[in-house]
Amino acid sequence: MPAALEIAVTVLILAGAFFMFVGSYGLAKLPDMMRRLHGPTKATTLGVGAILVASMLDALLVTGDLSMHELLIAVFLFLTAPVTANMIAKAYILRNRAERAALPPTGRPAGWATLVRGEVPPVPEGSIRP
Amino acid sequence: MLQRLFPHPVLSLVVAVVWLMLANDLSPGHVLLAIAFGVAVPKLTAAYWPDRPPLRRPAMVLEYCLVVLWDIIVSNIQVAYLVLFRRGDSLRSRYITVPLDITVPEAIATLAGTITMTPGTVSADLSADGRALLVHCLDTDDPEGTVAQIKQRYERRLKEIFS
Repeated sequence: MPAALEIAVTVLILAGAFFMFVGSYGLAKLPDMMRRLHGPTKATTLGVGAILVASMLDALLVTGDLSMHELLIAVFLFLTAPVTANMIAKAYILRNRAERAALPPTGRPAGWATLVRGEVPPVPEGSIRP
Repeated sequence: MLQRLFPHPVLSLVVAVVWLMLANDLSPGHVLLAIAFGVAVPKLTAAYWPDRPPLRRPAMVLEYCLVVLWDIIVSNIQVAYLVLFRRGDSLRSRYITVPLDITVPEAIATLAGTITMTPGTVSADLSADGRALLVHCLDTDDPEGTVAQIKQRYERRLKEIFS
């Protein structure tokens, strides 16, 4: 493997490790729940992404095979990370009274979906598909 | 005939391509299997896809993916900087409300996911009528600017894709 490409793989692995560390450090350091969500949702995705690219490059250069699994891992990660973050945020808003009081208004007749109790208010015509 | 064989052509394509990527092998056997899955899975699950999101402008889809990938890289560097060099309680974190123009559920889901992955914002909730998005910003002194940026950068493109 040419030295330049070895350096590229090394740089990608180090960058990935750095961003994963920052994501975890943010999770531990930031003072409240909603701020803590920002660390793992972002920093970690680029961290994992960089390591996956390194893995693809390495596989391509060492064995000569183009490995597609890393792309799939990245796609699934990008699809699932926002859903997890959204669920954690919703659970937090639902359980935390002070947080609920601090939410801005929706600017709509209906409230925030997480906080609507019982029956969901009627949906205006044409706003969303049933 | 083609309509009966492929009730959901995009799903067929996605299933086949994901299969080939999982197998990591382009031999005729796997290509045949991928085609078989691409035909069978949408047919078997057709009951759960009562209507399909209208997907237009494939070039715009590509442009959107590139914009989002770029923003993910930028946002990571920003968040890394904020985490490492700012005291946690000095961050001006706040919620903002993003009024939505798009109404297609798939487009709203894509927008919410994109917001979570990009600069300093996490989408937290949707209004019960599906017309406004609750977004948490890690550090902002210009809430209106952030809303405008989300609408201009992502929602405008999604509106063209799902129209």
